[in-house]
Amino acid sequence: MVMNKIRPYIMIAPAITVFCLFFIYPIGYMIYLSMHDWNFVSPEKTFVGGSNFKTLFSEREFIEVMENTFTYTTLTVSLTISISLLLALWLNRQGALYGMIQGAIFSPHIISLVSVSMLWMWLMDTDYGLLNWFLNLFGISNVPWLTDPSTSLLSLVIVAVWKGIGFNTLIFIAGLQSIPRDIYEAAELDESSKVRTFFKLTLPMLSPTLFFLTVISLIGSFQVFETISIMTKGGPINSTNTFVYYIYENGFRFFKIGYASAAGVLLLIIVSLLTIVYFRILSRKVHYR
Amino acid sequence: MKSLSIGKVLNGLGLILVVAIFALPFVWMISTSFKTLGETLTFPPKWIPEQFVWENFSKAWNSGPFLHYFFNSLVVSIAILILQFLTIIPAAYAFARYQFRGSKFFFALTMVTLMIPAQLIFLPVYLQMSSWGLLDTLWSLILPFASSAFGIFMLRQSFMQVPEELLEAARLDEASEWKIIFRIMIPMAKPVLITFALFSFITHWNDYFWPLVMTTSDASRTLPIGISQLREVEGGIAWNVLMAGNMILVIPILIVFFFAQRQIIRAFIYTGVK
Repeated sequence: MVMNKIRPYIMIAPAITVFCLFFIYPIGYMIYLSMHDWNFVSPEKTFVGGSNFKTLFSEREFIEVMENTFTYTTLTVSLTISISLLLALWLNRQGALYGMIQGAIFSPHIISLVSVSMLWMWLMDTDYGLLNWFLNLFGISNVPWLTDPSTSLLSLVIVAVWKGIGFNTLIFIAGLQSIPRDIYEAAELDESSKVRTFFKLTLPMLSPTLFFLTVISLIGSFQVFETISIMTKGGPINSTNTFVYYIYENGFRFFKIGYASAAGVLLLIIVSLLTIVYFRILSRKVHYR
Repeated sequence: MKSLSIGKVLNGLGLILVVAIFALPFVWMISTSFKTLGETLTFPPKWIPEQFVWENFSKAWNSGPFLHYFFNSLVVSIAILILQFLTIIPAAYAFARYQFRGSKFFFALTMVTLMIPAQLIFLPVYLQMSSWGLLDTLWSLILPFASSAFGIFMLRQSFMQVPEELLEAARLDEASEWKIIFRIMIPMAKPVLITFALFSFITHWNDYFWPLVMTTSDASRTLPIGISQLREVEGGIAWNVLMAGNMILVIPILIVFFFAQRQIIRAFIYTGVK
């Protein structure tokens, strides 16, 4: 009988151990490190309290990094969500043809970011890239996509939107399909216009999906790293340096472990806030129903 | 009647445009991977290479220990999958079927880890691995992903749907709990397990960030890292060789996608629907 009592604990023990070792404990360790000065090599970690955080906000470079991350996130999320919603409304149809098209737009999502990044570096090549050739057809001269600070961040946004649209569209389609048919029949009887039906009926019914996608896109965009590491290395002139890349560089290239950890803690706070806000609003919605 | 057909034509053109935006970059990748270096630098670009240069693939493959990278990728992805099955199946069963003190707390803890992506905690985990002497080994790529909160969540949902009478009947026959898991639960949850396996394998096969942080030598590097370094080997201008190298990474996934498109899409959009 004792066995029956402890059995569930034995069953969850391996998974919980992994979570504690590699997720929960590291967070505590990171908070501890953020209050210390350490260069990874020296045996001593000097306690410095909140001074790492102070330094963060006084560094011009970090302020730029915050601005870049914010601009990148805002553009990526708003473009991905709005284009995906329009595509979902359009492509939400039955049949093999539409299934195939949905598959095609989804395919970038399962391709490694390494390949996506390298492919787009080639497409965005200033002199021989396909993208500029295409723009040339419309009389637009060559754009130095990744090598000019004024277009580099936008180029990364384009890649993220291209990769993210399929996933978001398919989730919107799943959301659309879960709206009960008979509601629309009522709207048809009322002779409501298509635009009106969309704003009065579809959009409210779709709002949980819209909300979910916005939050996970925000969290995902805040942590952009791969495309930057492969395509721009944060440059030119710091124009594409964002949060995670900044932490990575400070930790692994400059060995400012405490400083990098402080930036990590800040990112953790932002992500947690987004998650908490999400669940708060979600639970309130469920409550009202 | 006439306006209807114009609508249809516009719809068709629009669909072609959408497919082109997503398919043409891949076509371009394939086309480039067969070109000579000189042909990649012609403007306007050619879609079909004059002659197919298969050499690009062997050049890419031989520019580093790619067989070894390939093998590492395979070992890491499969080891993660096996460990995940071993840890998530019993945990999901316990969360779905037992009432025990602290179950809510432990489930909440599991869900919290779902919110913490690798990009947030790589620095402390790196230092941990370093103090354990596991840096630059395949263990550092496998162990952090030995369980999956997402997997537990997904599997728990499906275990909860198994009717209680079925389990009681089995218990009357004095079947052990492990036997119930293997004979009843796993067969009932097979579609979910396959879905999760596809999701997990593709995610870790493609992963670039974690091996970039944890590995420093060829001995423990995986395919995405090897491919990303091709650039440095080839000096950054041999786009034909670069694209050939990337084909090695992309083609296996696209082939799997072609045959299991429905399951894969379901695997990846699951989070969004539930």
